Amino acid sequence: MTTEYHDLIFERSQPGRTGASLPDSDVDAVDVQKKFAGHLLRDQPAELPEVDELQVVRHYTALSRKNHGIDNGFYPLGSCTMKYNPKINEDMANLDGFQFVHPYQPEETVQGSLQLMHELQEDLAEITGMDEVTLQPSAGAQGEWTGLMMVKAYHEQKGESRKKVLIPDSAHGTNPASATVAGFETVTIPSNEEGLVYVEELKKYVDDDTAALMLTNPNTLGLFEKDIVEIASIIHEAGGLLYYDGANANAILGKTTPGKMGFDIVHLNLHKTFTTPHGGGGPGAGPVGVKEKLIPYLPVPRIEKQGETYVFNSEYPQSIGRVKGYYGNFGMFVRAYTYIRTMGAEGLSEVSESAVLHANYLLKKLEPYFDVPYQQVCKHEFVISGARQKKLGVRTLDIAKRLLDFGYHPPTIYFPLNVEECMMVEPTETESKETIDAFAHVLGEIAREVEEEPEKVLEAPHTTVVGRLDEVQAARKPVLRYMSDKTQES
Amino acid sequence: MSNTYRYLPDTKQDQDDMLQALHLSSIDDLFHDIPSEIRLKEPLNIPEAMDELSLTKTMKKLASKNKHANDYSVFLGAGTYDHYIPSVVHHMTSRSEFYTAYTPYQPEISQGELQGIFEFQTMVCELTGMDVSNSSMYDGFTALAEAASLAVNVSKKRSSVLVSQSVHPESRSILNTIAKGQGYTVEEAPLDGDITDISQLKKQIDDDTAAVIVQYPNFFGSVEDIQEINKIAEEAGALLIVSANPLALALLEAPGNLGADIVVGDMQPFGIPMAYGGPHCGYFAVRKKFMRKVPGRIVGQTTDDYGNRGFVLTLQAREQHIRRDKATSNICSNQALNALAASVSLSSLGKQGIRDMAQLNIEKADYMAKQLQAKGCKVVNKSPFFNEFVLEVPGTADQVNRKLLEHGIIGGYHLEKDYGWNNRLLIAATEKRTKAEIDEFVDVLEAML
Repeated sequence: MTTEYHDLIFERSQPGRTGASLPDSDVDAVDVQKKFAGHLLRDQPAELPEVDELQVVRHYTALSRKNHGIDNGFYPLGSCTMKYNPKINEDMANLDGFQFVHPYQPEETVQGSLQLMHELQEDLAEITGMDEVTLQPSAGAQGEWTGLMMVKAYHEQKGESRKKVLIPDSAHGTNPASATVAGFETVTIPSNEEGLVYVEELKKYVDDDTAALMLTNPNTLGLFEKDIVEIASIIHEAGGLLYYDGANANAILGKTTPGKMGFDIVHLNLHKTFTTPHGGGGPGAGPVGVKEKLIPYLPVPRIEKQGETYVFNSEYPQSIGRVKGYYGNFGMFVRAYTYIRTMGAEGLSEVSESAVLHANYLLKKLEPYFDVPYQQVCKHEFVISGARQKKLGVRTLDIAKRLLDFGYHPPTIYFPLNVEECMMVEPTETESKETIDAFAHVLGEIAREVEEEPEKVLEAPHTTVVGRLDEVQAARKPVLRYMSDKTQES
Repeated sequence: MSNTYRYLPDTKQDQDDMLQALHLSSIDDLFHDIPSEIRLKEPLNIPEAMDELSLTKTMKKLASKNKHANDYSVFLGAGTYDHYIPSVVHHMTSRSEFYTAYTPYQPEISQGELQGIFEFQTMVCELTGMDVSNSSMYDGFTALAEAASLAVNVSKKRSSVLVSQSVHPESRSILNTIAKGQGYTVEEAPLDGDITDISQLKKQIDDDTAAVIVQYPNFFGSVEDIQEINKIAEEAGALLIVSANPLALALLEAPGNLGADIVVGDMQPFGIPMAYGGPHCGYFAVRKKFMRKVPGRIVGQTTDDYGNRGFVLTLQAREQHIRRDKATSNICSNQALNALAASVSLSSLGKQGIRDMAQLNIEKADYMAKQLQAKGCKVVNKSPFFNEFVLEVPGTADQVNRKLLEHGIIGGYHLEKDYGWNNRLLIAATEKRTKAEIDEFVDVLEAML
């Protein structure tokens, strides 16, 4: 069914079919035509599919088989931490007492949820070296924005309206985008030859208009910013704050903390370091931790423990307000909590050790085939460049597509922007040495193909359910929904 | 052997082999770039690791401290509803090819996810009567705030939005937080009983108003006349943003056919568990002219090298990974898995099923309101309502909720905090509520009169 089935669910629709099983009404009928004004009622029903239950199952099963997840195979997508998503996490999140609870139930009926959130906040504060954590933000990007809104509130409270947020050129695109959404101007800081923040250069950019520096450490090249203590003091002396993008926290668990490094604000991606599934692009969760001086600005409501009881508290007049409906993506909290309880302190520390060992080992194995722009110990991920292959007419994109033929998800490509024909590789701790060896072998083979039979790489992929897709056509003549003959007429 | 090793496959031999390849003697050598002054000297102070059996027991005990909808009859709504979820939904979203995948950056091995989202976008367009939908948003509340930002951005010179007080209080609260960051102002249009005060709205709107924002049905369950509100917005040159319950749109006219420019909301009523407030699944739909201003991911149809139909992420020039500080929004993720849940649910219920489900909601709420009125309680709504309504209760709302809880009933949403009404509850009755459950609710209240 994988390769032969290409229908949209709408194309399987037959008038009169249904997969619904609804109870009969046990109360008086209501004539909606009489209840609501005529112009507020639909003339035409929404054109949804009419299919039976087996068809629904076949359709979505067929779709799933056209999708690659971590359970299908190696997924070394840099900066995304595509590690194994433990099954027990799913089971726990699906417990009735967690899944079928309404967010507005009285506090005394949700003590289990509140206790879990409170303990998770405490664990994350310990892991990041922060004084307090909010779980509210829905994802990393929202965590960044939440953190920056607190930066803004902090400076405003001191009667200052600092406008600039400094961001290294290797930073993820969300950093500058979040800064803009929070009403700041972005200043890009160049990296030095070692791929690290250029400290002397940084000094030139820092002044009394500097609101914050946003940094990922290890950075997006997989390198630890070893001058972080000096960087922190430069920013702090100028009255600015340090924001830690936790995208790469998988490298430092139990080794150091953003708090120790001098950061004032941290966001974590629970869907990266803490194994909640990526879900095909979400839902995630982006908790934010802060040092004491920023606690007054945390979003409300906050969860607190009073004696043996857990309660909400919104009485924080300096708070930036609410950033997300209810209290955040609770289902993700259950998964992350389950993971942290599974691992314990020693386990988490071993996670980072293995993640870093795997990355360095894989880098070593790839060195003969690809350019390595930064020759030094990496943390949980590294970048290599396809510059050598590009000279032979084969681009990194082609190499990525060729990897698909071997059942691998390719690394992150063309990011960070400061490395030519970049491939960013993150093997994670949950992959075995055999998997890493096999992947290195295949990439070596592809490098050989580039030299000896480049068309094989240029024409890849050869084995996927579709060939390379025309993205230009998709953007120039956007078709963003299905149109049946019927919907086209109206 | 520690049980954490089930997620950590390296044997001692593997570690030694890898270290040897690196010419290193210990893993610690890989951490020398972290200055010793900032290295942790002690292990993290977090609870000890647990095996699967012990942890399951602990988690079940924690979960059992919560009262939930499988044991209690839930009459809470206010944006999150206790609806029927077809069995197939969980089975399909539990396919790990879906849930362990990331954003579909490599379309050739992500056609399942991409097609699923394309179908989701189509369903959202059908329900809302709009031309273009994105691939989903964090939730309905943040989707509404993003819609307001879009309206201000496209208006160029206008710097405020006018939001009705009949819009969900949390939506308004998040909107205020976002507006503070982006530097536009939020004004509120007052209520006339259970709906927006149209004459006040007319007075408040001016040439600085980028958008009028209303909810449909509104926070109190009442169905606002968005056609009339649109006339006011249109005359003032403002956009109309409608936050709509997608289940209500099974029977109510699509906002797109009543003049809405942007329609947002949350797909939670379709196949997504309440999950103590999240994750849910916001949706975001616009008229075609705003297609290139939409935040978040969008999937488009195209063809491959062989001319076959395929799907890709498209219009990416709007997004943060290309545009950085000039992006339309900082959003990178969507709620893909929950969008899938909504699509599976909508496919199962189907064209007629969602109408039947909406009809059941109307009938249950209507029956409940009439029973309560018959016993002498006051229903505040003057306008026709969908599946929830505001009830004036004897005594305080908290007393009533406590009494109901003793009878295994999770009562309504107390409106004091947001509206200062200490004796009013917002009550929802979905298709899951039986006549017997409703009658018991009514009996408990009658005994308190």
